[in-house]
Amino acid sequence: MELKGRAHKFGDHINTDYIMSSRHRTQTLDYRELAKHLLADIRPGFYESVQPGDFIVAGKNFGCGSSREYAPKIIKAGGIAAVLAKTFARIFYRNAINLGLPLIECDTDQINEGDLIRVNLSQGKIFNETTGNTIPINPLPEFMVTILNEGGLVNFIRKYGKFTR
Amino acid sequence: MGLTIAEKILAEKSGTEAKAGKLVVADIDVIMAHDSLGPMALEALTEMGEVSLPRPKKICFMTDHLVPTPARNYAQMQKQMNEFAHRWGIRLYGAGEGICHQLLVEKEVRPGQVVIGTDSHTCMAGALNALATGVGSTDAAAAMATGQLWFKVPETIKIILLGHLPRGVFAKDIILFIIGKLTEDGANYQAVEFTGETISSLSMASRFTMCNMGIEMGAKAAIMEVDEITRQWLRQRGDQEEIQSVKADADANYSQILEISVNKLEPQIAKPHQVDNVVPLKEVAGTPIHEVVIGTCTNGRLEDLELAASILEGKHIARGMKLIVIPASRQVLLEAMAKGILAKLIEAGGMVLPPGCGPCVGVHGGIPADGENVLSTANRNFKGRMGNPQANIFLGSPAAAAAAALEGKIVDPRKYLA
Repeated sequence: MELKGRAHKFGDHINTDYIMSSRHRTQTLDYRELAKHLLADIRPGFYESVQPGDFIVAGKNFGCGSSREYAPKIIKAGGIAAVLAKTFARIFYRNAINLGLPLIECDTDQINEGDLIRVNLSQGKIFNETTGNTIPINPLPEFMVTILNEGGLVNFIRKYGKFTR
Repeated sequence: MGLTIAEKILAEKSGTEAKAGKLVVADIDVIMAHDSLGPMALEALTEMGEVSLPRPKKICFMTDHLVPTPARNYAQMQKQMNEFAHRWGIRLYGAGEGICHQLLVEKEVRPGQVVIGTDSHTCMAGALNALATGVGSTDAAAAMATGQLWFKVPETIKIILLGHLPRGVFAKDIILFIIGKLTEDGANYQAVEFTGETISSLSMASRFTMCNMGIEMGAKAAIMEVDEITRQWLRQRGDQEEIQSVKADADANYSQILEISVNKLEPQIAKPHQVDNVVPLKEVAGTPIHEVVIGTCTNGRLEDLELAASILEGKHIARGMKLIVIPASRQVLLEAMAKGILAKLIEAGGMVLPPGCGPCVGVHGGIPADGENVLSTANRNFKGRMGNPQANIFLGSPAAAAAAALEGKIVDPRKYLA
């Protein structure tokens, strides 16, 4: 699978409150509507700047804070193809994979705001077409790849009915 | 090589060796879902197809995030949870009964269990020697449908606390100090064991405060061993069963061992907008405060309210100050009423909210104005956390919060404590 899009660069410790403040849920529970508030508290107008297939590229501990699963859900609904970060907070990590949103752990210092990048998950590589750099991806644990390949945990359970010991 | 508490609990519940780094599938003893993120779990369950719930007795639903409901959407979500609970015979804690984490430790969790909840602060129940961890809605749904969930067995950081807290310094100050040292992701993917003579001298309420905030350094679980104080807590809530502690082996393997002496610890404050932005209170003394929140799952137990009341008794909060008090559960609320603690807080100018998350979820119950500073005893100070990204949130102990309410600025609470 190869994904191609522009990088939107963020810093360290982007928490789930920043991804979207829960106050917007008083207005609507529709994820496509909520996606309009994606990262708006720290970058107003972000949603409007995203082209479908773009990437969020962040520093360390992306997704820290709450266990609210609507965080990765609205990232997906906002048209983001994958999140690239140095590290992810663990609850967010599980939630994103469970929803089928690819997370890519890599050295994001080699990606700048607006860079055009290609992500090749099967080769485990990122090609930064703007700078010409190739960046290796830290591989996902095998079990998470299985969930991702099924399109998320809902599909996994629907297909297998249980976890296998 | 010996085992940590997390390794032992996961080995027992997965029926396999569970050394750090291994992926295991564990039986879940308690699955908690609340009114904010539970409905999404119900959606996931529906999407999973024709599922039946093999063990509905292991599931509990809590109504705490939006009580009383501030908007139609949330009322609908609570109705959905209530109806589902009724259909499947799931234990439902209704609006006003308490905050999910407090109810888990008052009613549900026992030592040695694996506990999951749709809330990151589920780690609080680790103070009862359980492996308790926050998950998302889809993970909760998978556990409801299968009775199990997969885990990567975490490495563990052991934190040994030595000495005794000086007067006017509390468990909240200890955990803020530790988070400041370890930083916001210092324990990411790992468990934390709290041990040492300081812990032995702390009440369960104080231990809950510490484990509650384990997630603020990224921890998957924050765990303590069982002692007489733990046994007393369990007995008082009517637990008749034998109480065994899961103990770490002396030769267990830790990713890190920290020794911290609390003898000279001072009151601490986490400054905006990160929980690890911790400084001694004196460095921010004098900062104007416009709103104070005392309570929540972090510091809403009887000893917290009693401490705040001892500072506020017979006095009045600063002009224009908003003081919001949130007991962690109905039980705490009733006890605080019976002991006259609530009266003292209200006479001093406080407003009491029903047990629930209140303004900490940023939707209702005390959203600050632009440019205002809040001193809260809750666990998060992210920008926008309380519903207004133009406000600033400071975190501290109930004593620091009560003193700030009186003076309208951050002050050392020790001058109010005899």
